[in-house]
This record gives sequence, C-alpha cells and structure tokens, in this order.
Amino acid sequence: MFPPEFDYYRADSVADATTLLERHSDSKVLAGGHSLIPVMKLRLAAPSVLIDIGRISALRGIAAYASMISIGALTTHAEIVSSEAIGRHAPALAEAASMIGDPAVRNRGTIGGNVAHADPASDLPQMLVCLGAQFVLAHGISRRAVPARDFFKGLMTTALGDKEILTNVEVPVARPGESSAYAKFAHPASRYSVIGAAASVSAKGSRCTAASVVLGGVCPAPVRLAAVEAALVGSDLTEDAIAAASLKTAEGLDDDEVLGDIYASAAYRKAVAHVWVRRALTTAMARLS
Amino acid sequence: MSASTFGSGIRRREDPRLITGAATYTDDIVVPGMLHAAMLRSPYAHAKIAGIDTSAAADAPGVVAVYTGADLEGELGAAPCAWLLPNADLKIADYPCIAKDTVRYVGDIVAVVVAESQYQASDALERIDVDYEPLDAVVDPKASVADGAPQLHGEIQNNQAFHWTVTGGGDIAQAFDSADVVVKETIVQQRLIPNAMEPRGALASYKKATGELTLWNTTQNPHIVRFLCSLVCGVPEDRLRVIAPEVGGGFGSKIAVYPGDFVTVFCSKKLGVPVKWIESRSENYQATTHGRDHIQEIELAATADGKITGLRATVWAGMGAYLSTAAPGIPTILHGLMLSGVYDIPAIHEDVYGIYTNTTPVEAYRGAGRPEATFMVERLIDLLAAKLGKDPAAVRRLNFIPKFDDGHDVVTGLTYDSGDYGGALAKLMDESGYAQLRADQAAAREKGRYIGLGLSTYVEICGLGPSQVAGAIGFQGGLWESAIIRFHPSGKVHVMIGASPHGQGEETTFAQIVARELGVAPDDVKVMHGDTDNTPMGWGTYGSRTTAVGGAALALAARKIRDKAKIIAAHLLEAAVEDMDYDDGKFFVKGAPDSGKTIQDIALMANVAWNMPEGVEAGLEATSFYDPPNFVFPYGAHLAVVEVDPETGHVDLKRYVAVDDCGPQINPMIVEGQVHGGIVQGIGQALWEEGVYDDDGQLLTGTLLDYAIPRADRLPPIEVHSTVTPSPHHPLGVKGIGEAGTIASTAAVYNAVIDALGPLGVENVKMPLTPERVWQSVQDAQGRS
Repeated sequence: MFPPEFDYYRADSVADATTLLERHSDSKVLAGGHSLIPVMKLRLAAPSVLIDIGRISALRGIAAYASMISIGALTTHAEIVSSEAIGRHAPALAEAASMIGDPAVRNRGTIGGNVAHADPASDLPQMLVCLGAQFVLAHGISRRAVPARDFFKGLMTTALGDKEILTNVEVPVARPGESSAYAKFAHPASRYSVIGAAASVSAKGSRCTAASVVLGGVCPAPVRLAAVEAALVGSDLTEDAIAAASLKTAEGLDDDEVLGDIYASAAYRKAVAHVWVRRALTTAMARLS
Repeated sequence: MSASTFGSGIRRREDPRLITGAATYTDDIVVPGMLHAAMLRSPYAHAKIAGIDTSAAADAPGVVAVYTGADLEGELGAAPCAWLLPNADLKIADYPCIAKDTVRYVGDIVAVVVAESQYQASDALERIDVDYEPLDAVVDPKASVADGAPQLHGEIQNNQAFHWTVTGGGDIAQAFDSADVVVKETIVQQRLIPNAMEPRGALASYKKATGELTLWNTTQNPHIVRFLCSLVCGVPEDRLRVIAPEVGGGFGSKIAVYPGDFVTVFCSKKLGVPVKWIESRSENYQATTHGRDHIQEIELAATADGKITGLRATVWAGMGAYLSTAAPGIPTILHGLMLSGVYDIPAIHEDVYGIYTNTTPVEAYRGAGRPEATFMVERLIDLLAAKLGKDPAAVRRLNFIPKFDDGHDVVTGLTYDSGDYGGALAKLMDESGYAQLRADQAAAREKGRYIGLGLSTYVEICGLGPSQVAGAIGFQGGLWESAIIRFHPSGKVHVMIGASPHGQGEETTFAQIVARELGVAPDDVKVMHGDTDNTPMGWGTYGSRTTAVGGAALALAARKIRDKAKIIAAHLLEAAVEDMDYDDGKFFVKGAPDSGKTIQDIALMANVAWNMPEGVEAGLEATSFYDPPNFVFPYGAHLAVVEVDPETGHVDLKRYVAVDDCGPQINPMIVEGQVHGGIVQGIGQALWEEGVYDDDGQLLTGTLLDYAIPRADRLPPIEVHSTVTPSPHHPLGVKGIGEAGTIASTAAVYNAVIDALGPLGVENVKMPLTPERVWQSVQDAQGRS
C-alpha cells in the first residue's frame, strides 16, 4: 500500500492555502487524511500535489455564540463528541459524531474533511442539514456562507469551489422546546452508515410545531423527508403518530437515486429506512421532556 | 510448589512484547543491502497473456530487475501440492510461481519487480505493459463442474480436481428408503478470508560465497517451508535456514508455501542480495489462501421417534484456481470422516467433488473441514427436531454416542478417544438455564419478540496425527513432533521444539509442562521455536496439534531427563536407583525426603561431570520424538441466544454459553482465550463474513471496508465452562483446543436464528445472516403463507 509520488505543501493560513490551490491545478487539500490517504494508497487517486491545511490554527476550535456554534473545519470528531458547548446546544451532532468509525478515526478525522468529501454513507451531512447548519467557504480573504441543505449536490459533489477552503461549520443553537437525535444502521465492516436518520422536532406541549427529518446513506446526498415532516407538524407527538409519519419515508426517496451494494440492496434500504427514521424521531421526542 | 503451576492460569510470557510493540515480525527485519520486491498481479480472473513488455519498468528509477514467468523456466519449479489424496482421481494442475501464458485468478503473479525501495518497486509495477486476452471465468464450484463451463486447465476435464468418497456402516440407500422421516437441506458454506493481523511476506538472503540461504518467512511451519523450498528452489536443505520470527496470526493461511515466497527466494539467489517481499493488505485479500467455499446437499434419515438411521451428502468444494499446499485434505479427510459427529449413526455416505474455479486458492482456515462437517450434522439434527416437533436437546440426547473413556469406533473409520457428550450437554443446559430460556422465549413470542436458542454439540479431530495415517492419506510429510530439553549448569532450562506457535501461548504452557514434569519454576524455562537451524525437526502448528503432539514430545523428553537425573542422584547419594524416590524436582532415598538432591543440583553435577556414574554421559539433556498413536477428539456443547428483529432483519446475539472438553487444562486462561477467539471466528461466519466474487471473478470484498470481521462491540460476554475427560492415549491426557470454538459456534448461531424465525415460517437463510437476507427470508415466508 504505497501511494504514487506527490509533492507536499503545508499551508500556514487560509490565504496561503488559496495561493497554493491557485498555483497547483492537480492538487488536493489534506486535512485529517482519513478519506484521501487510503484511496491514494490503493492508487485510486493520484494527485500530484497535496496541500496540508492541518496546521492552520484559524481552522481549529469551537466557539459558542448566542444563536449559533461555530466549529472550525479541523475540529476532530472526537473533539465534537467531547465538546461541552456542542453537548449543551447541539447534542445530536455529538451523537452522530460519536457513531463515526472507531476511536482512531474519530481522533483523526475532521468535520471539514467529512463534509467536503461528501461521502453518501457519512453521518455528519444529514445531521448538519437537519439542524439547519451552514458552511463558511473561503477564497483568499473573501468568505461566503452556504446552507448545508444547498451544499450537498450529489455523490461526493458539493458547492465547494475548486479553489475554496471550507473554514467553519455554523450550527444553530437548539431553541427551548426543540430536540434532535440520530439513529444509524452501520455497515458491519466500514461502520459507514447504510442508513442514517437525523431528526429534529419542536413542540409546544405535546403538539409538534416543527420537524426536520433528513436521511443519509440511502441516496447520493442527504434527503429531506418532507412528507414525514408534514405528517408530524400539527399532530400530537405520540409513538403512534411518529410511526405513521415515518412510514412516509419512502415517499421522499426517488427509486433512481436509492443506492444499493452487495451488503444492502436499494430495495431493502428503501423498505426499512423508515425504522431508523422512527427511532430517531422517537428518541428526539423522548428528549423533549 | 513449581509443579502446581500446571493447571493454573499464569499470564502469557509472550504478551509483554506483543502488546508493547516490541516483537520482531518478518517486516521488522532489515538486512544490509536489502532490496524490495513487489508482485504484479493479474487484474483478470481468467485471461491469456499475449505479451508482456517490462522494458519501461526495468528503466524506472531504483529498479534492479524485473522477472516474468519466462525467466523462471528451468530455474524455479511449480508451487507444490503436498497432500496427494489417494483413491480420489486427484488431478493436480501445474501451479507456476509466475504465470506463463494464462492467468487463472485475480491475484495470480504475472511479474516481479526488485527495486531499491518499496515505493520504487510499487511505482515500477504500473510501467509493466501486459497484453491480456480475457477469457470467460467461473467462480461457483457447482457451476464450474457443469457442462459448458470455462475450462481452467486444459488437461483436466470439467475442472474437477478430485472426487473423494467416504462410506461406512450399513446400506445407505436402504436407510433412506426405509426411513420414517427424511430431512434435507442445501447449505452454502461461504468463502471466508482469514485476515491474520500480519499479512504474509518473506525476506530471502542468499550468500553466493557459501551457497547458503536464510529465509525469514511468515509461516506456521518453518521446517515444511525448508523442505519444500529446498525442492522447488534448488537450495540444499543443509544450506537453507528458515526462520519464522514473530508471526502475527495464521489461522491456516500461513501453512501453505506460496508462489510469492518461492519468487522471493529466486530473486535473492539470482541477484545475490537479500530481497524482501511483504504483501499489502489488498494482496492479502487477493492472494493469501481463503477458507470454506462448499456447496452442500445433505440429508438425514431417522425413525419416527427421532433415532438417526443414515446421513448422506454431496459436497462441491471450491479449491480456487490451483491446489494449495495442503488443500485436498481439508474438505475430505478433515471433513468427511467427521460426519458422525457426536452421534451414533449407523450408515454414512458422502461424495466430495473438489473443483477448480477462477478464484484465490482455498486452504485450511481455523477448523479446516470440521466446521463444515459440524454445521451439516448440527443443522440436520435441528431440522429433524423441528420436523418431529421435539426439543433439539432431546433429539440430541437420543442419538448421542454413550459415554466412553477408551475408544469408540464410528462408521467413517475413526476411533474417537474419549467422550461424554451427554455430560457436556447436561452441563450446558444447567449453566445456561436452558429450561428457563425456553420459557422466556415463549413469553417473548407472546409479546411479538423473536428470541431463538441454538445448540451445537460437536466433536472434532485434531492433534494431527499418527504419521502412518499421514502416509496412508497422502500427506507428504510426517505428523510427529520433537522436543529437546537442555539443562544449563545453573539449573536453567532451554527447550527447543519443532512446532511453531504464533500466538497460541505455548512458550508459556510448555514451560508449565516442564515445570510439572521436572519441578523447576516456569520462569526458569526458555522455550525456543521457529528457527530450523536451532530447533529440532517438527511439522508445524496447525490442526490444534502443537500441545497435543509437541507437548507430548516435551513431556516424554522431560521424563527421560528425570530417569537420567535419578541415576545420577542415586550415585551421588550412594544409593541404589531402585531405592530412589522423586517428588516435584527432588530426588531422595525412599523415606528420607529431607536429604535429597534437587534437579538443579543434578544439573550442575551432570554439567561439570566431576563424579558421574559409570557409563552415564555428561550433561543433562534429552530429545524425544513423539508420534501419536491416534488423533485426539475434543468435544463440547454450545448454546447461542439471539433476538431477531423481523422488521429489519437484524440479529442481536444476546448470550453465548460454551462447554468444552479438551482434557486436563495446562493453563485455563489460555484455554479460555482460545475458546473465545475460536467462537468469535465461527460467529463471524454465521453473521458477517463472506468473500464475494462477481461473475467475472473480481473480488468485491477486497478490503477491510467491505469484508466484515467480527468486532468486540457486536459480541456479548462469552460464558466459558468446561468438563475434563482425559485422552486415554496421550501422556498428559490433553486434547487440542485451538479450533474447537470455531467448529462449534457457526452452527449454534445459525440454529438460534432459525429457531427465532421458526414461527414466521423461515427455514433457511444463506450465510452470513445479514440483515437484508434475514429480512428477505421473513418477507418470502410471509409471502408463502
């Protein structure tokens, strides 16, 4: 497992990274390296230049503000899991991060690398779409924010420009009466999600006032399950109501889009995805009280 | 005091170096001037090689040499198959170490590059231009033997490597014709990929000046490697030193001597420099041998009250593209002869067809033939119980071979050594609370939950084996083991053994054997193995034979030491030998235990040899060769408890309870560890593991991202119990335990899942029992009803 030869540059700042990206056309940005290095070792990718952004201190750290938490792109999954601010204001994100891979992966893999790679079997994309997060993309000194729901375009394709660096993930702070959860069917070998359901519900008393339900693992990009959400909003949040709403999962899935492989076929994923949607919603509901 | 450590769970002396990263594996060894080899492997499962252009690779930076099949002509023989199964119409295909004109599986070696670094060698592989003409491939053993299938080896018809038959007892046709009840099943024992933590590799260092070659190799049997390597590579055995350094697991995949090993030796000889080849994990998946790969059609005949009257089976065993070193014996001798299991079965017949397919060669994998046999028998007896509406435990009890302690013949021709199968099941039912579990299961079903209980009562054959039998069954080697015990003047002990443990813990347990036999502290005993230059000949570590055979050789060597020491002690104490007594390392005149000589005293006196008895040689050393009179037959009873979620097909393994009997336990902690690991590998087959090829022969599960090996967080605590039934013919009474867990557990888990789904009408699910397969089987059953 020896990758082909490549040149290595270490960027000291975001601006520096932009300069390097402008200068080297056949380049890849290296953060935690957990997705890139294996495909290079298998010689399925052979960029001639790697630009290591791993030591740009501006991309590190978690900051909590009144209405949102800003998470630096280089924040590891393990740091998300153990962050007090995320635990208090966006606990379901920590929950999803805790189910990524294994401890070694979580200690090394980063939130920025994870969402920029946009693997359909990942865990964070669906959770970030569900929570209404947005991503800050930088080019030189300019910045733009893209909502997570508009960021994931398809199989490993995102709104991130060729010469852009993802710097921050901004996650709204949970409001009173709102709670979220993540439920995952992990592949027994890779631990990637075969099905990963992210759910967020808001309630006044027992009445559901808002719902956000996003499914990952099943389609090339996270899928917002509008029919499930619509069935919930305005209803009393009961186990029966959640089960009935979850059964509308398949309505949100386009047959041409549903992924299948030798472990779990498209038909199977489509048929059983509602179970994980139900589980995520049920846990979210239980957390309301 | 020292003798008392025998039977106690002292810590493994191997572990500090293993768990602190201080162990030395083949890839850790660096020899001055060493070059690196990389193998170009076929991306096609079946293709003609129309041409190879290596010129660009030869010109690449750092490249010293590139060799193809043509370069080996007359210099390197074919990779040998060394189990020449008799009476089976065995047809061994030529297995060139580097393919000449045809490649037959994805991973077949096409060329080797030798370069100054591993990076340069890997880069140069991409510059070799091979002109392949793809041919149709076949990967399914049953399809491969059918008319019209692609033919792998021109001279071998219908891809059939052998047809082996076991038949014994009464008239099998009559047994089925007159049966009250017949149950049938088709089982696919899917292909498994061993996944030892350390991949395979070799470092060959040839010295032109002396003609000597040292080969460091990831092997379970360095003496066999020396023997075969000498024959294939033309290095005389006396100039060939094979060293198995620390070996990071084998599970059978490091028995064979591989084309890559021979090619590495060839490169070193040709270039006159040391050459190292270490496979990548991807190569390990493609080119290191796989296990299982059976299609089994099985049936059982019985009386109306559940007494078995006959067992009949046809098995198509996929052998891969070539026959690996020991491959023909696995689905035959180690499989078919065990079809009586723990039961009294009056008539048995099995046909086994060994079939070439365009896949990686199949070899021994933990259990090696016996898990496939146990699964058949244990599945059939559950089917019989279901058909008769009886509890599976009751049908087992009805058919058990009654307790015996000195030999029992079964109709396949084997003589089991000792067993109390009913006793093991009774203990299992007691320890697990079986009756309560059945009650809990019924209560859960009332609430719409699907709990299942799965039994597996097994016996296995190990401690391979009498050499006379080895010869009779075509194994091209002996199956004895040897040991040397050497006392240093200070009373410290060197033990040298021919077997080659690689993680099983014999450095510890063999010290415990010496401690028991000679009364020394285990810490005073150093156990050496794995280097053919300074260990005696031995046939290796596989088939749960190291303790069962090598341990016996060691005990007998110790007893020779004791006999000699007694003579010396008598001389020193001025007593007659027959008046001497011995107890726990001390020799004394009968009735005077306070004034004797310790074994350390004797060691000093024997080494200085100032005052030896007449006719007694100096030194305190003994060698023993132990050729067992029979195999040993460990056995036990296992129970798996699962809960299945029919809505998603997920199986939750809730409890696993094991009762195993391997005779007296030298170190119960190590036994427990072997049982744990073995069980988990068998559970892996039931629930997660499968080597999958597509129809073109591409391996779809070629990485750890795709091939699911068991992980600790998916497993319940394993509850381990034992009974103790000594083997009557073994000097220590011990039986092997390395494979027992794997042999038992696949059937236990499978039976549990089917038991859980019985109320839904599910009868058969293909392994591994993935959520989708279980879910689909529920859907299908509901569709039928």
